[in-house]
Amino acid sequence: MRGLVRRYGLALTAIFIGISAFWMLALVWLPYSIMVEQSFRHYLPFSQIGGPTDVYTMANYLSLFETSAMKDLLGFTIPITVYIFLTTIFYSIVVTALCAALAYPLAWYLAKRAPVQTVPMLIMLLIIPMFVSELLRTYAWFILLAFSGPLNVLMELVGLQKVRWIAGYNGVLVGMVYTYLLFMFFPIYNSLTSLDNNQVEAAQDLGAKWWTVHRLVAIPHAKAGISSGCTMVFMFAVGSILVPQLLGSPSSRWFTEVIIRTMFESQDWNAAAAYSFLLLLVCIVFVSLMMRVFRVHLSDIAK
Amino acid sequence: MGEGVDLSSVSIDFGNFRAVDNVSVEIKPGEFFSFLGPSGCGKTTILRMVSGFLDPTAGQISIGGRPMNGIGPNKRPTSLIFQNLALFPLMPVWENIAFGLRVRGIGKAERRKKAEELLRIVDLPDAGDKMVGQLSGGQKQRIAIARALAVEPKVMLLDEPLSALDLKLRQHMRAELRAIQERTSVTFIYITHDQGEALAMSDRVGVMSRGRLRQVDTPEMIYNAPADSFVASFVGENAVMDGAVEGYQGEFVRFKTVDGVFLGRPGPGVMPAAKSRLFIRPESIRIGGQPGANAVSTTITSVVFEGNVISIVGHTAGGSHITTQSTNTFGSARPQVGDQATFSFDPSEARVLISEDAAKVPAGGH
Ligand SMILES: Nc1ncnc2c1ncn2[C@@H]1O[C@H](COP(=O)(O)OP(=O)(O)OP(=O)(O)O)[C@@H](O)[C@H]1O
Ligand SMILES: [Mg+2]
Repeated sequence: MRGLVRRYGLALTAIFIGISAFWMLALVWLPYSIMVEQSFRHYLPFSQIGGPTDVYTMANYLSLFETSAMKDLLGFTIPITVYIFLTTIFYSIVVTALCAALAYPLAWYLAKRAPVQTVPMLIMLLIIPMFVSELLRTYAWFILLAFSGPLNVLMELVGLQKVRWIAGYNGVLVGMVYTYLLFMFFPIYNSLTSLDNNQVEAAQDLGAKWWTVHRLVAIPHAKAGISSGCTMVFMFAVGSILVPQLLGSPSSRWFTEVIIRTMFESQDWNAAAAYSFLLLLVCIVFVSLMMRVFRVHLSDIAK
Repeated sequence: MGEGVDLSSVSIDFGNFRAVDNVSVEIKPGEFFSFLGPSGCGKTTILRMVSGFLDPTAGQISIGGRPMNGIGPNKRPTSLIFQNLALFPLMPVWENIAFGLRVRGIGKAERRKKAEELLRIVDLPDAGDKMVGQLSGGQKQRIAIARALAVEPKVMLLDEPLSALDLKLRQHMRAELRAIQERTSVTFIYITHDQGEALAMSDRVGVMSRGRLRQVDTPEMIYNAPADSFVASFVGENAVMDGAVEGYQGEFVRFKTVDGVFLGRPGPGVMPAAKSRLFIRPESIRIGGQPGANAVSTTITSVVFEGNVISIVGHTAGGSHITTQSTNTFGSARPQVGDQATFSFDPSEARVLISEDAAKVPAGGH
């Protein structure tokens, strides 16, 4: 602080801090606080706001359990909104795991095996599709996977049965893995490039087979990258709305769709805010779990 | 007990660059063998071929009589100590040492026991639970040795393991390495660009230059009877004179220079008309003597006090610099800069050797 004043003078320092504070307070904390506050109040007609019925309540949170439609999950019968909430978390974990399983070998190849001259080109090839907007990319997958789309035409050409690809959560999984893969790839790639090749060779020299080298040396080294990749992909997946809407099937429901419906169809912003905070809570729990499992600190993940 | 390592006509190419060229040597079981050579001459590359990380382009490597073609580094009876040690920073010291046992499926209790045993061998009995980052350079060194010994290799491969240490510690670790080698009687193949290290520790030394093995011999022979100009000038100090062989005189050759004709012992491949040079070690040169009888008159250009010895450099009329050393006996008279002095040497201690560029020709083509 004193260093800043010395370097930039009092006026500039005040402006810097003022701008940062405005950003944090007015643009981040204020809207969030309003939403938190809203989520604990009833959805009332305008005339009753501030009136005697406008009291703090848990009703919005509890409304998740008060749907009449029920669904079976692992032998339990639970309200459909809770069911959607749980499956969203489950499939987000699946997306995260799939991304990690795909990104790690790719990152290993690019960081350790590919000829150095070709690496920038290969990374460009990975990034270029991201220049296209998420909406278009998701549509492209929708076309590819459609029942009379190119993939099925190809299947027929080689003499196979047409498959209904967008069924259950298939489409959603494919779309999300495709959309979020790079958010897993880059942190892992970065942490693997800093792994000393001699350590890999030392492990081999001492008798380790290739998968032991990964289990005992490479993955522990890359754990900060893996956990920050997992955190990002999980948060994006849980909060995704585009992919589930475009590539979802009648039997797949994402919790964000519930929030949107509550917000725009029922116009019940209070309940929608409550649902959003439940999702945020899940993300916080997930991040803490990641930190526990991988024994890393928040600063490692933020890298 | 160690096993022998045979390299027969081993070469390796990186693109069209030949990093190791037609190297043949038989390293005996239990021997301490050093490869000595300047930076970039292919020492590490040889070690990586023996440990299995590189395949020779041509030639054959056998360990204990078994050809090693197609056998991966994790299946060879060798342990490599890396130039940068490559300890695992995320594991405690004892897990580092026991890594080779862990990948062989040995249980934790037994691993811990073996690690403690090895920690005693390398004289760090209390370091087991420390992390690698908490150790000093010399301690890391010992842990790397313990880790390599844990898998009971037949051959230890060491890539300049002492280069990062300061002088005192380096000298101490030399003795320690040699002692460990004698105790375990494992074959040691040691790489260094430090001639003092190679001469002090090894049973035999192979001197390399630009991918080729120039001479394989005992340290005494490398120093006293270098095979060519490269070996003579890489190992130890010399006065060097250019000239040509005139003819033979008994066991010696007459070597004609601009400062006159001298007698010297010929090295391999020396013959009249072949380009060659005369090498004399400083300790073989005396001040005094009669011109004509292997002596040359010089003007003293520098006198440097070095503690136990005094280095005196004389400049001949033909432009050669000749260094001699006189022991610093108390009160002895010293020549002064600018004095005229005659330097002389015994023909049996002077060596006529083919020069480096000439030495490349007879050693067999690609
Ligand atoms: N993978 C490689 N690809 C291309 N050239 C290589 C490769 N590895 C080594 N070289 C070249 O081969 C030569 C020998 O290298 P090497 O590492 O064996 O030298 P060194 O004797 O160990 O040197 P130093 O004492 O500096 O470690 C060098 O010129 C180096 O540039
Ligand atoms: Mg080297």
